[in-house]
Amino acid sequence: MAKVVVVTSGKGGVGKTTTTAAMGAALAQIGQKVVIVDFDVGLRNLDLVMGAERRVVYDLVNVIQGIAKLQQALIRDKRIDTLALLPASQTRDKDALTEEGVRRVIGQLRQMFDWVICDSPAGIERGATLAMRFADIAIIVTNPEVSSVRDSDRIIGLLDAKTLKAERGERIDKHLLITRYDQGRATRGEMLGIDDVLEILSTPLLGIIPESEEVLRASNLGSPVTLNNPGSGAARAYSDAARRLMGEDIEMTVPSDKVGLFGKLFGRRAA
Amino acid sequence: MNFFSLFRRGGSAPVARDRLQILFAHERSVPGSPDLLVVLREEILAAVARHVEIKPDGVSVHMKRGNKISTLEVEIEIPNSVRALSSRGRHRRPLQAAHRSA
Repeated sequence: MAKVVVVTSGKGGVGKTTTTAAMGAALAQIGQKVVIVDFDVGLRNLDLVMGAERRVVYDLVNVIQGIAKLQQALIRDKRIDTLALLPASQTRDKDALTEEGVRRVIGQLRQMFDWVICDSPAGIERGATLAMRFADIAIIVTNPEVSSVRDSDRIIGLLDAKTLKAERGERIDKHLLITRYDQGRATRGEMLGIDDVLEILSTPLLGIIPESEEVLRASNLGSPVTLNNPGSGAARAYSDAARRLMGEDIEMTVPSDKVGLFGKLFGRRAA
Repeated sequence: MNFFSLFRRGGSAPVARDRLQILFAHERSVPGSPDLLVVLREEILAAVARHVEIKPDGVSVHMKRGNKISTLEVEIEIPNSVRALSSRGRHRRPLQAAHRSA
């Protein structure tokens, strides 16, 4: 039975697209059939982060409008054969996505894959509510920072009110993923700690992704961090989160990048 | 931890946590139910206005929201020369009302 996951946050720039790419790749790396779907119509970026920007021919809106078949729009990943991407369109038409169209495409994808991971646009407008509409599971990406935590709270409210599952009286399965976490700063009381965020948002934790230079390096190269540098702290944290999503019981840690002697002597702090 | 960190101020994270908790205590209140402090402000002003004439620029309202206690401070200027609208409602000093919410 396929699972539909929405990666959402309310606030922009917290790591939704990075997370969609990394979680999608991590699940595919352990043999799952995965499609990642970009819902950010008008501002598509998942194709770029995946390194597939030059292979986009048709997109989600084309499929909804019947201009292209779903098979024509899906881009198979060249590195992992069980991973596919459905890009967003660059149209500026806000009404390009219809609820009926999204329902139909998600329904088709459910037949073809084990996991359908929807990368939500920022905000709480139509694009974001359509991205979460048919989800079984929500990953709420949160930075340990006041504005991100506040927006996550708003999004949790929307997930409990506006999703099909919620309207049917069922519960959408919500998980918190804390990204850009700096253990040192949290220990020194300079950054909200994991316990603070969990207490405030009272949502179960899926994983803690450490602030890492490897995330920017991976997006520069157009490769999910779990593929580009599987040994990095961020990649291991995403792989652990993917296994937890699969139902495995994995101890919660904050994996760090391995720093050699040279790095310790001359290493710079991540900005 | 380095030498200079010994002189740094304490962490700001506890402040962030407290601010968020106070914020959510109010933002998560039952949707659709009007804010208690706002209702009290309106009703206090209406009650005073029934008895004395209130000038809009002679009213100052302060609301302070805390974690356990919120306060509503309503200060209404009533000039001594103004005649009360009713015999009961004559005040010579600014009126203050404080409210403690659960």
